[in-house]
Amino acid sequence: MQRVDVTTSAADMLHRLTGMHGPLMFHQSGGCCDGSSPMCYPAGDFHIGSSDVHLGDLTVPGVDEPVSVWMSAAQFEYWKHTHLTIDVVPGRGAGFSLEAPEGVRFLIRSRLLTDAEYAALAAS
Amino acid sequence: MTQYVAPGSAGSVVSYESRYGHFIGGEYLSPAKGQYFADPTPVTGQDFTEIARGTSEDIDRAVEAAAGAFGAWSKTSATERSTLLNSIADRVEANIEKLAVAESWENGKPVREALAADLPLAVDHWRYFAAAIRAQEGGISEIDSDTVAYHFHEPLGVVGQIIPWNFPILMATWKLAPALAAGNTVVLKPAEQTPASIHVLLSLIADLIPAGVVNVVNGFGAEAGKPLAAHPRVAKVAFTGETTTGRLIMQYASENIHPVTLELGGKSPNIFFDDVATHRDDFYDKALEGFTMFALNQGEVCTCPSRALIQAGIYEEFVPDVIKRTEALVQGHPLDTETQVGAQASNDQYEKILSYLDIGQQEGAKVLIGGERAEMAGELSGGYYIKPTIFEGDNKMRIFQEEIFGPVVSVTKFDDYDDAVKTANDTLYGLGAAVWSRNINTAYRAGRDIQAGRVWTNCYHVYPAHAAFGGYKQSGIGRENHKMMLDHYQQTKNMLVSYSDQPQGLF
Repeated sequence: MQRVDVTTSAADMLHRLTGMHGPLMFHQSGGCCDGSSPMCYPAGDFHIGSSDVHLGDLTVPGVDEPVSVWMSAAQFEYWKHTHLTIDVVPGRGAGFSLEAPEGVRFLIRSRLLTDAEYAALAAS
Repeated sequence: MTQYVAPGSAGSVVSYESRYGHFIGGEYLSPAKGQYFADPTPVTGQDFTEIARGTSEDIDRAVEAAAGAFGAWSKTSATERSTLLNSIADRVEANIEKLAVAESWENGKPVREALAADLPLAVDHWRYFAAAIRAQEGGISEIDSDTVAYHFHEPLGVVGQIIPWNFPILMATWKLAPALAAGNTVVLKPAEQTPASIHVLLSLIADLIPAGVVNVVNGFGAEAGKPLAAHPRVAKVAFTGETTTGRLIMQYASENIHPVTLELGGKSPNIFFDDVATHRDDFYDKALEGFTMFALNQGEVCTCPSRALIQAGIYEEFVPDVIKRTEALVQGHPLDTETQVGAQASNDQYEKILSYLDIGQQEGAKVLIGGERAEMAGELSGGYYIKPTIFEGDNKMRIFQEEIFGPVVSVTKFDDYDDAVKTANDTLYGLGAAVWSRNINTAYRAGRDIQAGRVWTNCYHVYPAHAAFGGYKQSGIGRENHKMMLDHYQQTKNMLVSYSDQPQGLF
């Protein structure tokens, strides 16, 4: 199982954005305003560092490159017991995330991991 | 009670243009690519104007204009710049109603708040920096009897400013006033959720400002924000927003070796010690109000007191009292002066808050009041309204750790002083905090032990100019709202002068 997943509508948007911008990545934000939103960038645009955790890779139908999803390690400490699904809703967006000009915003939906899932992910 | 007429209807105190371009070099220009996007009001969900969709070509034009204006502007006297800031303050003050209604319509905030807080604070902020720049002094250091080091404050050049959507005019003022006072020229990008308010402001003050000194490019972060933040001719970037974009701005700045200031939000603890409830007096009433401040501006404040820590001895009596106080909040039409809680600023913000109401309950937090969308009647039915919500839970829960940016507070209890400080500091952020106690020693110690840039003590949500505002930990870099912000928009020129005729004797 994966820690992070994507809805069909968000995958469709990622397919469209890949056509416009090439391979993509996500970094999960925190803090003010549009914090707690997953930010979508051209792959490599956001410099991943040793303070980041790789949450997983999204497989998007019709897209060759997996979309990697990252979060800062400090934030992950508070998020590690939850499973995340990237969805998309109508909106203005903000930050430098790529989907905003399309009139939509990626959104994180969360659920608690079961004990078995938590143990499996921790082991991996 | 007054309800202002909605903009766009006959009799409104404010009217918007049908579309806004970019304000560059003292005039309005069409976007290079000719594209516009719709700007909806969160009050009803209906579009009310169109905004230019800026791109790197527009940013280049604006930076060019700002760079062209910098030479003359940077040589103006502090008196001249101060006079300009005071003139802007007078214009804003003379048009408070118009600006308040404009901001309320675009952002969803109650006009009551814009009239009483946002706009008067903006007026005062212009005047504060008008005064601060007049009073600023350089330094003279006597190295020896014939050698003197002079220290001059010099502006940086063209600065880029990216403004958030929660206080469209006040946050723009927080950034513009010190930058202009210090002698910089500015390229400003408003938030794409609330770009029009700044153009209403510009319609009132543009004639006062020399061409090119202030330039406004609208657009989305990916298309206009990024080229501004990464521009090699922009000497400094100031940003208010969230951590991932903050890191990205630092990354771009590192490529150009440029400074940044960042304000990235928080998860502010609001701490109530037992002695708050020893009397049922004005102070107790003030503390209840201080708790309820989580709903100010619908919680869309970087320093929203979104974690309430209540000491065990008063928990059982204090919580019912704050629930009662929260029940009494008036939610309604933002243009009604009786309304205390209005609409969330955008649909995506609204959806995000709902997602937190969901995860909070999944994690086992108990909803004490609210916890759901507010169904509004009539024209408001298409707007974005959330009921003020109190959760009871544990500080490890995600609703205690993430800035929801909605009218949502998470409440927990603590046993003693050490427990309070430990819980307060168990967060990634450190922007705001508050301590409530009748014992000055407790209040002082807690204020010093909490890792946050602003600790309100027996008050909350006051933002006077001359009180520094900025973050510890991941909440950012820099201190706004105080004359020390001038330093963030200046560099130091040292002239090391010898008044001796004698050779140094080295060669």
